[in-house]
Amino acid sequence: MEHIRTTKVEQVKLLDRFSTSNKSLTGTLYLTATHLLFIDSHQKETWILHHHIALVEKLALTTSGCPLVIQCKNFRIVHFIVPRERDCHDIYNSLLQLSKQAKYEDLYAFSYNPKQNDSERLRGWQLVDLAEEYKRMGLPNSNWQLSDANRDYKICETYPRELYVPRIASKPIIVGSSKFRSKGRFPVLSYYHQNKEAAICRCSQPLSGFSARCLEDEHLLQAISKANPANRYMYVMDTRPRLNAMANRAAGKGYENEDNYSNIRFQFVGIENIHVMRSSLQKLLEVSGTKGLSVSDFYSGLESAGWLRHIKAVTDAAIFLARAIMVENASVLVHCSDGWDRTSQVCSLGSLLLDPYYRTIRGFMIHEHIHSCQFGNFIGNCQKEREELKLKEKTYSLWPFLLHDQKKYFNPLYSSTSQKLAVLEPNTVSFNFKFWRNMYHQFDRTLHPRQSVFNIIMNMNEQNKQLQKDVKDLESQIKQHKNKQTDGVLTKELLNSVRPESPALKTSLCLKEQTLLPVKDALRTVEGSSPADNRYSEYADEFSKAEPAVVSSEYGVARMTC
Amino acid sequence: MEFSELIRTGQAQAELLRGPEMPPLRGTLCVTGHHLLLSPGPQATPDLWLLLLRSVDSIEKRVAGDAGTITLRCKDLRVLQLDIEGVEATLDIARSIEALSSLESVITSFPFFYRPKGLRLGESWHFHPPERYYKRVARETRAWRLSEANEDFSLCPSYPRAVIVPRAVDDDALARSAHFRQGGRFPVLSYYHAPSGTVLLRSSQPLTGPQKRRCAEDEELLQAVLAGARPGSRGFIVDTRSAQAAKQARMTGGGTEAKSAYPGWKRLHRPLERGRPLQESFVHLVEACGDLEQSMDRWLSRLDGCRWLSHVKEALSTACLAAQGMEWEGACILVHGAEGTDSTLLVTSLAQLILDPLSRTMAGFQELIEREWIQAGHPFQLRCAHSAFSHTRPKHEAPIFLLFLDCVWQLGRQFPLSLEFGEGMLLALFDHSYASSFGTFLCNSEKERCLCEVRTRTHSLWSGLNQPKEQRKLRNPLYAPNPLAIWPSVEPQSLQLWQGLFLRWTHPPEPSEVAWEKVWQIATDQEKTEGSQPTDSASEPQP
Repeated sequence: MEHIRTTKVEQVKLLDRFSTSNKSLTGTLYLTATHLLFIDSHQKETWILHHHIALVEKLALTTSGCPLVIQCKNFRIVHFIVPRERDCHDIYNSLLQLSKQAKYEDLYAFSYNPKQNDSERLRGWQLVDLAEEYKRMGLPNSNWQLSDANRDYKICETYPRELYVPRIASKPIIVGSSKFRSKGRFPVLSYYHQNKEAAICRCSQPLSGFSARCLEDEHLLQAISKANPANRYMYVMDTRPRLNAMANRAAGKGYENEDNYSNIRFQFVGIENIHVMRSSLQKLLEVSGTKGLSVSDFYSGLESAGWLRHIKAVTDAAIFLARAIMVENASVLVHCSDGWDRTSQVCSLGSLLLDPYYRTIRGFMIHEHIHSCQFGNFIGNCQKEREELKLKEKTYSLWPFLLHDQKKYFNPLYSSTSQKLAVLEPNTVSFNFKFWRNMYHQFDRTLHPRQSVFNIIMNMNEQNKQLQKDVKDLESQIKQHKNKQTDGVLTKELLNSVRPESPALKTSLCLKEQTLLPVKDALRTVEGSSPADNRYSEYADEFSKAEPAVVSSEYGVARMTC
Repeated sequence: MEFSELIRTGQAQAELLRGPEMPPLRGTLCVTGHHLLLSPGPQATPDLWLLLLRSVDSIEKRVAGDAGTITLRCKDLRVLQLDIEGVEATLDIARSIEALSSLESVITSFPFFYRPKGLRLGESWHFHPPERYYKRVARETRAWRLSEANEDFSLCPSYPRAVIVPRAVDDDALARSAHFRQGGRFPVLSYYHAPSGTVLLRSSQPLTGPQKRRCAEDEELLQAVLAGARPGSRGFIVDTRSAQAAKQARMTGGGTEAKSAYPGWKRLHRPLERGRPLQESFVHLVEACGDLEQSMDRWLSRLDGCRWLSHVKEALSTACLAAQGMEWEGACILVHGAEGTDSTLLVTSLAQLILDPLSRTMAGFQELIEREWIQAGHPFQLRCAHSAFSHTRPKHEAPIFLLFLDCVWQLGRQFPLSLEFGEGMLLALFDHSYASSFGTFLCNSEKERCLCEVRTRTHSLWSGLNQPKEQRKLRNPLYAPNPLAIWPSVEPQSLQLWQGLFLRWTHPPEPSEVAWEKVWQIATDQEKTEGSQPTDSASEPQP
């Protein structure tokens, strides 16, 4: 709290991000220990978690006040105008401090209390059971076993305690291999394909330099290929561009020499590193956040940002991996430099293509857990760090909350029975990759479709189920009545008493989605859809200019939103 | 004329390749007056493959050894390859297709011979003309009348016989106004917006010329429009050319309304692309969509370079501007460019879809197309003579109607529950506007259609589409009537490439079709369950 000098500022304006005529909402800005809160004159609340803030900027003073622009990590961008420069300065400084991630313990997750008791909290953390997941894959088996080599994080700090390795790989081989790999990340199992008996393994780059070898590492790779009875050849996928990998050799790192490893096929994939990806995303957001963006600027910006190119590269790599397993029955070892960014992308997307289970909500949670949490991060960077933070005692698991709200995340068109699509093989021709508007503009309401197909289908699906249940209930009730008495009139009454409910249910659900308002009020329209929300409305200034006496469209906005 | 003169060979053995997703067909190839047939034999499915020759946009032939290959690029953007046995047969078939597909005579075209089972000639032709729309307007206001001044097409050859004009203006004044407008297209009512009491009008450019001529009757006509609307109403003239282009048009006898001559009216310029640049935009986009191997960067740069989505954005924005002027500003709107038969119709028809819930129904949309495109004199025969593959230099071709369909598709994406028809309807309209077995899109105007007796001698597309068996393809299963205006977002992030059209044949549509089928299933399940009666045995228990 020591960072907060001003807790409340009135008469703050929130500008519409895409309006070229400085359309705004006026309201009050509050600063709390964890959130920035804006309440506009219609009592609509905008909450921004301090730790979501990526960037705070104070722009040059204008006649209406001091502009404060806040960019969040979840792609929200808000543009405030604070009337007095002092207030703006105070808030700016507070946010600078509050948004800094000093210590993990300062994170909101550690103070968040969703009113769960300890056993609920524990159950939440147990939702994702990795041992169970390995069992689902059919492990351990005659070729793969659980290794306790890393039980105390002695071999690799960033790996979890429990790791699967080929049964024939002894501890000395593992230790030897780990010394030949960046950050000690030796080859371990990431996904096991039970039918094909092929494995996806992951590791970091070898410390091969220009000529170094490591017999244990060569043995470990051989052990992985021997653990696959169907195909003795295995792929080694280096997900980096060839040039990057070659440059690493000068630093004593590099990639596997095919001559030294028996039965491997080495392959570069060409995914760019995190620095390239980061600036690509920044460029993308810059372009998509431009006011008055033309179609041409959008597409040339999309091209120069390169974001879709990276998405395609990752997808292509995952498809290569899935094909190696499905078509050639071959095991695949994936690595990049440290083996925790590009490697995670490719392994996780690859197993998602291969295994329908990861495409269910629960399966996807486990999938995310294996690939983002166990090896990467949500909080903390690896299991060891998370244990030290005592996350399970001090914070809550996200999964039970997602599961509780799972209806929100369902895809109504999902069909678990479409066996034909058991392995997904997306077509990666360039025009299949599109700018993900719903992600990068998730807070820019005016850019989105005004009616949601998914919600309506979801509702229809539920109504269908409910109606079918009603029909069954009625039929069974009728049957019961038939047994008791033979009065047909009663049956009809019974039918009438239930049937009228269904249309009402339908209407209410539709209304909720579309926010259809009374027809007589011509100014109202589907929520989120009014000319004032869109840029052609700015042309309407010309209407107003023509004759100053007429109602301006801004007045219309006020009427519409009140 | 005998088609047989143009058919150089009876038949040949051939293999047909229909793209990567479809199995090849082998069989006997045969050219008839209107069709290319391939018969793979009775045990095959399908047992007959048929292509309307009119739908061939370009043809390419190659011979090697004793066989040949013909590549047919169709107006619906499909690419077909025929491998034919025999060099002579290949060349003969290619020449026959070339000759027959480029016949310009309307009355020998296939619609004059097409007699499908289950349809009667003359059916549903009378469904949609302006008279019907006038009845709707007359229920709301007395300020307008139906004029038959153009009964013999003498005032305006591209207008229908009857048009809706201000009641206060008599037929003589109309005739003088017609003289003052290019092609005789004097201002007529396009849409009456009942909630605001305002109207949407369309015309062609006034023939002011370098001398800045004026026409009292034309000025009176527009004055009468304002007088007929609510007191104090203003008007806006949305000129679909740039201010400079409008000014330049004076040199060739055209021009635009002078401010001083039309008090109460203000001019806005919203330049829309038309003519050859629009056709080239279409050609470039289709070229880009045909390349499956290109890199991401190349694809994005071509998508940007062809400017098609910019045209979509401009068309939608201009239509929104017109609609907004009516609903929000209570102003009357007159739309015109030069001829008033292309971008003008694009703007007026889109504005109606945005404002008018009725035009978003299946019947209303058909009526809108009939009234605002076909009867309004969009020269379909000239504009749709060739599609994106033709090697001949475009003369009058321009995909204005396709641009309209694309804009409607964008509306459908943003308001997926508000249109009664689905993508299938828009695809069907695109296909039929370029080549059809029906007579609806034949000719350039009502006058020509009368001369050719299109109405009595061909079937209407609407009766074809309204058959029950077509409905699943054409309707939107999620439609729920929406009484409100639908204001689309025109930001580049909100507009999308219409893959269902531009990538229909190059790209396996499977996932989206599976999803579509599933949506239908869910939606019809619901109707079934809601409307279902318990089984007989249950509802009528036996004593």
